[in-house]
Amino acid sequence: MSGPDQAAAPAIAEPALVAALVALDPIGSGGVVLRAAAGPVRERWLAMMRDLLPPGQPVRRVPLGIADDRLLGGLDLVATLAAGRPILARGLLAEADGCLLLLAMAERLSAATALKLAAVLDTGLVRLERDGLMDCRPARLGLVALDEGAGEDEQVPAALQDRLAFRLDLTGYGWQAPLGEPPAAVALAAARAALPTVAAEDAIIEALCAAAWHLGIGSLRPPLLALRVARGLAALAGRSSVSTADAAVAARLVLAPRATALPVEADADATPPEPPAPPDQPPDQPPPAEDAADPAEEPVPTPPLEELILAAAAAAIPPGLLAQLQAAPGQPSRARSAGRSSTAQRAGSRGRPAGTRPGLPGANARLDLLATLRAAAPWQRLRQPASATGPAASRPRIQVRKADLRVTRYRQRAQTTTIFVVDASGSAALHRLAEAKGAIELLLADCYVRRDQVALLAFRGQGAELLLPPTRSLVRAKRSLACLPGGGGTPLAAGIDAAAALAEAIRRKGETPVLILLTDGRANIARAGQPGRALAEAHALAAAQAVRAAGLTTLLVDTAPQPRPPTRALAAAMAARYLALPYADAQALSQAVRASAPSARAAALA
Amino acid sequence: MALPFPFPAIVGQDEMKQALLIAAVDPGIGGVLVFGDRGTGKSTAVRALAALLPPMQVVADCPYHCDPAAVRADCPAGCGQAAVNGARRSRRVPVPVVDLPLGATEDRVVGALDLERALTRGEKAFEPGLLARAHRGFLYIDEVNLLEDHLVDLLLDVAASGENLVEREGMSVRHPARFVLIGSGNPEEGELRPQLLDRFGLSVEVTTPSDLPTRIEVVRRREAFERDPPAFTAAWQRATARLRRQITTARAQLPAVEVGDRAYEQAAQLCIGLGTDGLRGELTLIRAARVLAALAGAATVTEAQLRQIAPSALRHRLRRNPLDEAGSSVRVERALQDMFGA
Repeated sequence: MSGPDQAAAPAIAEPALVAALVALDPIGSGGVVLRAAAGPVRERWLAMMRDLLPPGQPVRRVPLGIADDRLLGGLDLVATLAAGRPILARGLLAEADGCLLLLAMAERLSAATALKLAAVLDTGLVRLERDGLMDCRPARLGLVALDEGAGEDEQVPAALQDRLAFRLDLTGYGWQAPLGEPPAAVALAAARAALPTVAAEDAIIEALCAAAWHLGIGSLRPPLLALRVARGLAALAGRSSVSTADAAVAARLVLAPRATALPVEADADATPPEPPAPPDQPPDQPPPAEDAADPAEEPVPTPPLEELILAAAAAAIPPGLLAQLQAAPGQPSRARSAGRSSTAQRAGSRGRPAGTRPGLPGANARLDLLATLRAAAPWQRLRQPASATGPAASRPRIQVRKADLRVTRYRQRAQTTTIFVVDASGSAALHRLAEAKGAIELLLADCYVRRDQVALLAFRGQGAELLLPPTRSLVRAKRSLACLPGGGGTPLAAGIDAAAALAEAIRRKGETPVLILLTDGRANIARAGQPGRALAEAHALAAAQAVRAAGLTTLLVDTAPQPRPPTRALAAAMAARYLALPYADAQALSQAVRASAPSARAAALA
Repeated sequence: MALPFPFPAIVGQDEMKQALLIAAVDPGIGGVLVFGDRGTGKSTAVRALAALLPPMQVVADCPYHCDPAAVRADCPAGCGQAAVNGARRSRRVPVPVVDLPLGATEDRVVGALDLERALTRGEKAFEPGLLARAHRGFLYIDEVNLLEDHLVDLLLDVAASGENLVEREGMSVRHPARFVLIGSGNPEEGELRPQLLDRFGLSVEVTTPSDLPTRIEVVRRREAFERDPPAFTAAWQRATARLRRQITTARAQLPAVEVGDRAYEQAAQLCIGLGTDGLRGELTLIRAARVLAALAGAATVTEAQLRQIAPSALRHRLRRNPLDEAGSSVRVERALQDMFGA
């Protein structure tokens, strides 16, 4: 991930250095987001870090789907029944006070769990208000978020990323690749003792803040974490105050992985910090490529310290970032925000408890033990004498009758995602693309009212492209629609295939997809990209039949100036509602979609 | 318990601090919503508020924080009877700032049957929940946009009526629960339902400070605080005390602050111009402007106060065009410009 160490950095490879720093100050640094597949490399790294922890410091693993009552604490069922009074079972977080926690598969963590962990990291306390119990216990923790995500879309929830100092990427390491030689445990112990007294000059603080700012890091936590790490580095080196080199390494470790913009080369008039607000930065000043390639190049008049730290951080920025920023001007860290929104969806679309009611537990209803006990409690005195036949010891302490049983209902919201599949080919662009865009905008406003999500797929030239992954941000939808270019062939089959695949993915998340296909039906590019109208239409028909087989709710809007029978046949093949749009009648289109949406709801409930 | 960060030591974020101070002076303002970026000190400010507020008098041992000067006859803890008998003691307690933790369950929020007493003694007793604890104080919900829907509905109902009505497990309990609802959240995690938005009196947008000196100052103070919390708190003791006096004085002055016809007219014009739904916008605007005047020691509400508070009081009440990229704040600013000139 990082290039060869800068001259200033200690000669420890990054994995070993991060392991040492996490072990040095697990609670202060928050911990590390460790991106690596499960395997020997990760195990070796974890073992290395474990060896560096102070003796007796426990490490605990948190499973992915941990329930709230185990995480935060709850009613201890067995003890409660035995004692006849409520007994609190401590949650894992409270038990783990002072521990380092390993979060398994952190990229799949729900936003709600992530925020609970974030609150604990912030306050060092776990506060419990559950199951009729109230408790507040210290829980000072460090986290190792084991991130097994494969792509940019799978990320540890942003609320956690913001609070953990380090990000370590081990994906490029072979199973035997050296991870570096960490400092001895004795040295680490000495550093740990010295850590509280390490001082940092104002100049260092200023430089770290400035570096974070120039890298487009909006949150104020990263510079604070970088400062802590710099103090840790100074303690490791046996210094009593933070040196420039320490700050540079800290910036490389903590700030560089979070960069959303490359530092703009400072102007000659140096002193005033001129950066515009971070969202504007990339479009305003396309970051000069040489800057990343050659950070040692020194603009003389600027404060040297800040430059040095910035250069150290910039050197560690992965080269891919530059391409990303250039590919998506105006949308910094677009991929990352996509990852965020998708985690939010995951959290929202699971069943939520929707209150309790009397009833028997079953498939859709789980026994709510506490409510059951509550219901039974007032009757205990009445019930005891009636059944007091046996010896007192064998008599159950609490008598629960069928009528006392309470169940929790879970409600699954039927979230609808409307997928717009837009034909942006030359033939369509010529006639109607602008009108289609207008119609879609109107539909978007509808989707907002229904709080649906929207996704936008366009096909033209050689294939289909997902312009907008499912999102609830209408502004983004509108923006990506506005930049939709037109021209090229009509790969209708590829468009339908891509839409079906997306719909399938949405369905797997437990949501309901609705397809809206806007095309003039003049397919002329077949699945493999070869031109030819006959083959292309045959492929389109096959793709349409697959949509029908998948049982997707579909609306086909014919945007051709003169509607042709083959397009109608295509609609029939995919069992779609067919709507010819001979005039630019966006209202009619909107009504048609509205009419097809309720059927989608019904399908979701069935 | 860890020491909170001193309120006056929070750098910048003036709009948020102003809204919290207004709510501290006049709890009737109807809640504060703080929405914004990560790591901008939302939670820090609210938690700091607890240490800032002047203590209040309560009836000793009353779980509902009854005010000794105005005991309610229907207090479930029996303060009413005790008042008649003259047997009540009062004591000073800090104003409660109750944190609603994520994952709180409904029974703990509204209160429920006291399980222990029911199981061991067969008594049917009510165990007050967080709403009772927040009475006469603040209820803080971090990540309010992620709160489960049924809890949100419940909180809204209680916050609007000032009374918590519990009908569960064969109990029927009614107790006062007047609190200032403070919600914070990050819009990226999810939007808030419009019905909920309108219930908040003031809405504040916090953004990351965008100038380097401010950012450096934030990090420097935070660092100083983390290294030695007691010393840092002591260093800010005077500023905290000054602010506390300002709140106390403003509370005393508030009833005397006059609102002229001109101010009413301007507030109405502003709301008409922006097309806010209902009259809650005007009411909140005037009310908050009065508090601002009281905080500043002014005797009448002037244009300056209206102008200062209008964005917080109105931005969340605009009818939103989902495709309008300009935010609500910009629209309020524009309306203010039109009305008062640049």
